[in-house]
Amino acid sequence: MNVKVFLVLLLWAPTALAQGFAGLGTDATGFAVPERGRALQFPRDHGAHPAYRIEWWYLTMTLQGADGRDYGAQWTLFRSALAPEERTGWDSPQVWMGHAGLTTPDAHFAAERFGRGGVGQAGAEAAPFRAYIDDWHMTSTASTGADALSALKVEATGPDFGYSFELTAEGPLVFHGENGYSIKSAAGQASYYYSQPFYTVTGTLDLPTGPVEVTGQGWLDREWSSQPLASDQQGWDWVSITLDDGHRLMGFQLRGADIFTAGTWITPDGTATALPDGALRFTPLGTAQVAGRTVPVRWQIDWPARDMRLVTEPVNPQAWMDLTVSYWEGPIRVSGTHTGRGYLEMTGY
Amino acid sequence: MTLTALLSHWLRNKVQLAMLLAGLTLATALWSGVQALNAQARGAYATAAALVSEDGASRLVAPSGQMDQARFAELRAQGVLVSPVVEGRLAVAETRVTLLGIEPLTAPQGTAAALADGDLQAFFAGAGFAHPETLAEFSAPPMPLSPSNAVPVGTLLVDIGTAQRFLGMEGQISHLLLTGPAPDPLPDGLQLAQASEGAELEGLTDSFHLNLTAFGALAFAVGLFIVHSAVGLAFEQRRGLFRTLRSLGVPLRSLTLALAFELVLMAFVAGLAGLALGYVLAAALLPDVAATLRGLYGAPVPGSLQFSPVWALAGLAMAFAGAVLAGGQALWRLWHMPVLAPAQPRAWAMATGRAMRWQVAGALALGGVAVALAWFGSGLFAGFALLAAALLSAALLTPPVLALGLRGAARLAQAPVAQWFWADSRQNLPRLSLALMALMLALAANIGVGTMVASFRATFIGWLDQRLVAEFTITPRDAAQAVALEAFLAPRVNAVLPLRRVDATLAGFPGAVFAMRDHATFRDNWPLIADVPDVWDRLAAEDGALINEQLARRANLWPGDSVLLPGAGSVPVLGVYPDYGNPLTQAIVTEGWFDRLYPGTPTRQLAIRTDDPSATRAALLDEFGLSAQAITDQAQAKAISMAIFERTFLITGALNVLTLSVAALALFATLVTLSGLRLVQLAPLWAMGLTLRQLAGLELARALVLAGLTMVLALPVGLMLAQVLLAVINVQAFGWRLPLQVFPADWAQLALWAGLAMIAAAAWPAWRLWRGGGGPLLRVFAYER
Repeated sequence: MNVKVFLVLLLWAPTALAQGFAGLGTDATGFAVPERGRALQFPRDHGAHPAYRIEWWYLTMTLQGADGRDYGAQWTLFRSALAPEERTGWDSPQVWMGHAGLTTPDAHFAAERFGRGGVGQAGAEAAPFRAYIDDWHMTSTASTGADALSALKVEATGPDFGYSFELTAEGPLVFHGENGYSIKSAAGQASYYYSQPFYTVTGTLDLPTGPVEVTGQGWLDREWSSQPLASDQQGWDWVSITLDDGHRLMGFQLRGADIFTAGTWITPDGTATALPDGALRFTPLGTAQVAGRTVPVRWQIDWPARDMRLVTEPVNPQAWMDLTVSYWEGPIRVSGTHTGRGYLEMTGY
Repeated sequence: MTLTALLSHWLRNKVQLAMLLAGLTLATALWSGVQALNAQARGAYATAAALVSEDGASRLVAPSGQMDQARFAELRAQGVLVSPVVEGRLAVAETRVTLLGIEPLTAPQGTAAALADGDLQAFFAGAGFAHPETLAEFSAPPMPLSPSNAVPVGTLLVDIGTAQRFLGMEGQISHLLLTGPAPDPLPDGLQLAQASEGAELEGLTDSFHLNLTAFGALAFAVGLFIVHSAVGLAFEQRRGLFRTLRSLGVPLRSLTLALAFELVLMAFVAGLAGLALGYVLAAALLPDVAATLRGLYGAPVPGSLQFSPVWALAGLAMAFAGAVLAGGQALWRLWHMPVLAPAQPRAWAMATGRAMRWQVAGALALGGVAVALAWFGSGLFAGFALLAAALLSAALLTPPVLALGLRGAARLAQAPVAQWFWADSRQNLPRLSLALMALMLALAANIGVGTMVASFRATFIGWLDQRLVAEFTITPRDAAQAVALEAFLAPRVNAVLPLRRVDATLAGFPGAVFAMRDHATFRDNWPLIADVPDVWDRLAAEDGALINEQLARRANLWPGDSVLLPGAGSVPVLGVYPDYGNPLTQAIVTEGWFDRLYPGTPTRQLAIRTDDPSATRAALLDEFGLSAQAITDQAQAKAISMAIFERTFLITGALNVLTLSVAALALFATLVTLSGLRLVQLAPLWAMGLTLRQLAGLELARALVLAGLTMVLALPVGLMLAQVLLAVINVQAFGWRLPLQVFPADWAQLALWAGLAMIAAAAWPAWRLWRGGGGPLLRVFAYER
């Protein structure tokens, strides 16, 4: 899934604090609500949907240096609307936030940017595709006729790090839930959710110790909604895994009064199977002290129907995004019945 | 036991105790009061600085004073972390406020803190924040406003879009705050302005605060004179007691410790009282200080005082330091006193010859320092050091000079009583000398500061008459209205003179460049203190610029030199004009040139010359539909300027009165304590037939004579002080120099006050002598050794 953070609301509307992580559980009055059966259209839906409260362009990459050393990188643009429309100039009610993360086995870097719509500082345009805030950008380099997301250039810099990547998709877009309509709680909260999980990545990391050439795999999540969480849901644990045999697995559990799980099993040719609530089981195996909190950084993920048992190990247990809104996000290694690599995100700890 | 014996002295000498405590209390109160004022103002500057920038974050500015909003997104896209700011003045009914528009998502942390518990949606939609004191000034706020102490007084903090709407600056921004490292090279057409607003304020107002501190220190010093004389006299009076205690076997160490403890106790009591009084004093003066700082420097200072524990501790420490300074000598003498030293108070008073010579030597040395500072020193601090050295030198010289005067008078005296009067006055001079030095300092300060203020006022009024010749000025709402107004007025009045300005850094100082239309109004009236021949023709021919006196003095630029103007390069200085009451530097160029240098600069004000002001005013209000608040007539402008001027020196006046009161108190303390000792000298005269009434009259007369002589001494010292204030301190602090003018009527008034203070101080001891009857005098003979 990828019910990810959005938090500017947290800064400005204290009342939202009581309503789920980062105000994601607030009421959707006045905003458009995802409808079952509405077909997604491209390139239009690659761009922003100002009538919906929240939206993101969320890219995670598992990377290796020439020496086999593991790295991870994250590039995210969040949109949050104060009103369900776009207006020009400073009247724009659209607020944008960028997060960039870079993980090495012994260090973790994070940076954030904030901006307003309407004045050209931040935005997401469908054609030609470009999502940007300041000098951070995700720009389509796809040839005419191909899907805009099939080739991307992605860049970001923080105070003490930076990166630049070229991404090429080796497979089609994948739609979660019912053709992109993804249920987020037993009570029926939903979002539009699709992914491009088939990227191969080449690029350069700018580390304090110098530049590092890397290659690897990338996974882009696109999601928008107006009320993705039930008000009692306090956080989630989410993974995207690329198995060595070419299959992909996306899975998450939402922690509330009850646990709600969902996932998508993706074959190497891009055929997606939605996993209903309860199909996956998440079990914490070990915790770490991260930024003064106890965070379960080792997990066992079971899919009993397929006799699948995966164990995830973080590349760096200290992958804490210590930003205005903080959460754990970093690369993982997968062992068990299958092996692979992936990304883990945990919020609400 | 020892302590009880020591303290019992004060029980018998309650007035002396009161004087000691009052002296220390007043000294502490004046000092800590001034410190509280300074701390309050500095805190307010810090608030202002934190709001517009993070720890003095730099800004990117355009020479024309504003830039296109697109520059913001363009720079962000290049990875330059900047946040846009729109700033301007907004008239709200009777008051004018600074409207500060920020972009909260990119603004530095300090700015965001001001909004910490706000609602972003409402802020975007037009709501804002203001200091509670600012809020209280509005009956109908221009927008929904919430109170916030993080916003400086006189500022409304709003969203950038709101500010653009209210100021008519759509699509424009005033400057960019750098929240990351400065780009290298700098973006095209933009300049880096290092100093934040708060730092500028701090620099500009430094002189004002140094001024206050100097006054506080002066008052503290005068207060210490009182304490010193009270402690010294108490020591002399207790010599016998010390001898007795020592004879009874009290170790010297215990006795000294007990005396030290006594001093600490008094310092504590007086320190606490002084703090309380200082707080009250500061709270009473703060509204005026705040008004002055706002009027003179545009510095936002709230008018209500906050209490700070650091301030209280510092005040107490000052009280202790003062007590030790004033009482240390007594302790030291006790430590060195032989066990059986004779109890001879008069020896103290009489050991003068050598002390007097030392005093003269000290005075001459200090005078030398003052001369050296006047010659070689530069800067405000050197100016104040010069003042301190000169004043101390004059104070030290006071007793020797008075002694000389009294000796001269004694030579002229024929009658025996007159001869005794002068001789006795001279003999008592050493005991009174400290109090007289305090009086001399207070009088000199009064004359000096009074002369400075009066000279300034006379020059200022003349200057205002020259500068404010336009019948009225109009403040247009925006650039479009300015254009419309000019077109509307042109056929109706003699002249419309638009005022345009851009902020600029001139010779490294913050300031502005102004446009001036070539018009008789300026040619005939604009005051200049230095110019080249044909200055107005050359200005109109775009041959150079006029600069204000502040710039001329700070950068030492005079006609014949060149000044660097943004966009124009180096241009000749054609003339220097006085510009009182403005802390910033200025340059003026002719209008046409200005418009080519800084195209698109909006007109901020229009000065109107007309023969029929009322008809023009009516036309503006009725036909054009201008709001009455946009029009300021000449009389109003003068009144506002004079009000600012008067407020500027109100504090000085108040502190003057307080210093004089402290000096009077010092005299009173000394005379009261002396009156007991002097019975020994008066008793023989009484025995020889002078009545008590005559004796009391002579006591009063002596007080008056001493006051008169001190006043005569204080006069040249005060004039010297005024000259230093006008020629050194003012130039350093404000950047202008004024001619010294003398006001003898003020001196006569001050002499009257000094006489009254002296009589008030001497009245009670004299009255006690008169009404006390012969008993005390008789007892002198009974106890005579």
